[in-house]
Amino acid sequence: MLSFNDVVHLAITGLAQGCAYGLIALGFVLIYKATEVVNFAHGEFMMLGAFTVLAWSEAMGGSFWPAFVLGCLTVGVVGYLIDAQIMRRIIGQSAASIFILTVAFGFIFRSLAGMIWGWNTLSLNTPFDGQLALGANLVVNMDRVAIVGATVILCAVLYLFFSRTRYGIAMQAASQNQLAAYYMGIPVKRLVSITWAIGAMIAAAAGALMAPITQIDTTIGFLGIKALAGAIVGGFGSIPGALLGCLLIGVIEPFADYLVPEIKGVSPYIVMLIVLFVRPEGLVPQTFQKKV
Amino acid sequence: MQVLFKTRYEDDIRFLAKTGEKVRVGLVVAFLLAAPLFLQTYYLGELGLLLVYAIAGIGLMILTGHTGQVSFGHAAFLGIGAYCHSILMSHGVPFTVSVVVTMTLSGLVGMALGRSASKMHGFYLAIATLAFLMLVETLLGEWESVTNGYAGFAVPGLKIFGISLGKAWQQYYVDLFFTLLVVWGASNLFRTPVGRSFLAVRDSELSARSLGVNVEWVKIQSFGISAAITGLAGILLAHHLSYLAPDVFGVLESLKLMLMIVVGGLGSILGAIFGAILISLLPVALSFLKDYLPASIGQQAGLEPLLFGLIIVLFIVFEPQGIYGRWMKIRFFFETFPYYRKSSFVRQKSYLKTERMR
Repeated sequence: MLSFNDVVHLAITGLAQGCAYGLIALGFVLIYKATEVVNFAHGEFMMLGAFTVLAWSEAMGGSFWPAFVLGCLTVGVVGYLIDAQIMRRIIGQSAASIFILTVAFGFIFRSLAGMIWGWNTLSLNTPFDGQLALGANLVVNMDRVAIVGATVILCAVLYLFFSRTRYGIAMQAASQNQLAAYYMGIPVKRLVSITWAIGAMIAAAAGALMAPITQIDTTIGFLGIKALAGAIVGGFGSIPGALLGCLLIGVIEPFADYLVPEIKGVSPYIVMLIVLFVRPEGLVPQTFQKKV
Repeated sequence: MQVLFKTRYEDDIRFLAKTGEKVRVGLVVAFLLAAPLFLQTYYLGELGLLLVYAIAGIGLMILTGHTGQVSFGHAAFLGIGAYCHSILMSHGVPFTVSVVVTMTLSGLVGMALGRSASKMHGFYLAIATLAFLMLVETLLGEWESVTNGYAGFAVPGLKIFGISLGKAWQQYYVDLFFTLLVVWGASNLFRTPVGRSFLAVRDSELSARSLGVNVEWVKIQSFGISAAITGLAGILLAHHLSYLAPDVFGVLESLKLMLMIVVGGLGSILGAIFGAILISLLPVALSFLKDYLPASIGQQAGLEPLLFGLIIVLFIVFEPQGIYGRWMKIRFFFETFPYYRKSSFVRQKSYLKTERMR
C-alpha cells in the first residue's frame, strides 16, 4: 500500500501538474469570458510557447529568462493576430463551426511546429534543475516548485491587472456586456484581441515551465484538453473555480494512475463526466437560467 | 425561372418537386447503381467507403446540423457499432439480427448519453461527448476478453441469409442499399413532428419550449436516432476495415466526421454527402499534389493535417454554409439568370450571443 512518503510525493507531483493545467485553463477562461469562444487550440499555444522559448534560447546562446520573455511575447502576438484577423470575422456563427475552427487551428499549429522544429522530442535547459529537501528523506524537484510558484505569481499579477488597471476594468466591463461597453467608448475589439494575447502568453509560460517535465514535442498540446476538463470541473466562467478544478484534477490524476493503471490518462475525463452529471454547471456555477 | 404549379394534393408532399431535382437525383442513383460495371475493384471499395461515411455524416448531421447539439464523440458510436456487430457475427448471429441488435444498442447508448446531455448546452456538451469518446476507446482497448484489446479483432466475412457476399461489388451494393435507405429515411424524418421539433430546438430552445415541445425528450430522441444511424455506419465500416483496433475510433475519426458536416454544410442532408465526397477525394488529391510540389514541401510529414486545417479555416471564414451553401448559390444563379445579384445571399450582420445568461 502507499506509504506516507509516496502519498506526499504523488500529491506534490499532482499539485505541480494541477498548477500547469490551471495556467492553461486561465487562458481558456479569460478568452471564454471575453468572447464566449472556447479555444480548443489553447494547448497548442502552450506547445508553441515551449518551442519558441527553446528557439529564442538557442538563438541567444542558452540564456533562459530573456528567451522566456521573448517566447511568451511571440506567442502573444500570434494570439493577438488569430483574434484580430480570423476569430473576429466569425462572431455570431453557430457554436459547432467555432469549435471546429479552433480545433483546425490546433491541427495547423501542430503541423507547422513539426515542420519548423521537427517531430522529435527536444529538451529545454531551465534554471530549475536542482532539488529541494523538505524533510528527512523527502526531496522535491525544483521544476515542480517553479511551476507552483509561477502559478501563484501569475494569478496575483492577473488579479491586480483586472482589479486595478484601466485596461483590466474595461475588459471586465466588455465581458459583462459588450454592447454597453461599446456605448461607453471602450475599444472592445482591441480589448478582445489583447485578451487572446494574454491567454496565449500564459499558456506559453506554462509550456516553457512544463518543458523539463513533459519534454517538448508536438503532442504536448493535448494537455490542453485535460486543462479544459479541469476548468469544467471547477465551473467555466469563473477563474478561481477553474483553478480549483484544475488543482483537483491534477492531484487526482497521479493517484488514479498509480492505483488503477488500466485507466491511465483518462481519469480527468471520468472526474469531469461525474461532475457534469451531478452538477452540470461545475462546482462554482456562473450561469443563470433565464426565466420566461 | 421555374414556377411550380400544384394541381394535386400529392404535389405538396412530393420529395422531388422540380424537374431539375428529379433529373439530378436520377442521374446520381443511376451512376451509383451502374458503378460496378466500369469501376475497378479498388475504386469500388473507395466508393463504398464514401457511402459509409455519408451514412455516418447523416447520423451526425441529424444531431449537430438539425438539432444543434454538438458531438465530438460520434466515432464512439462507429466503434460501438463495428465492435458489437463483429462480436455478434463471430458468435454466429445472422447478419439481419445482428444489425437490428447493434443499431438498438447503439441507439440506447446514444439515448443514455442524450439523457445526461440534455441538461448541458454548448461546449459543455462538446467536451462531455469528447470525454465519452475517450472512455469508450479506453473500454474497447481494456476489455480484452471480449474485444481482444489493442491486438485487434478480425471481422467475420459479410454473409446475409447464408449467402456469402465477399466480393467487392456485392459489398458495394450492400453499402448502397443502406445509404439509399438512410437518405430516404432521414429526408422523411424532417417531415414528421419529431423531425420538425428537432429543427425547433435547434433554432431556439426557448421558443420551442414555449410552443409545448418537450426539449429534453427531443434531445434524447435526436441522440438516439443519430447514434443508431452512426452505429449502422460502424457496421458497414467494420466490413470495409476487416480488422478492428480501438484507436481507429479515436478523436481524429470524430473530428473527421465533424469536418465532413461543417465543410459540407450544416443543416442539410446533401451537405453530409458533399462532406463525405470531399473527405474521400482529399487524400487522393493530396497524393496527386505531392508529385507536383517540390520535394522539400511535398515530403513534409505534417502536410496532410495542415491542409485539412487550412481547408476548414477557409471554409468557415469565407463560406460558413459549406459546400451546400455554394451549391445553392450556383443553382440559384442559373435558375434566376440573369437576375442573380451578389446581395441575394448577403450575410446578415450578427452579434455575439451569450450563453451565460441562458
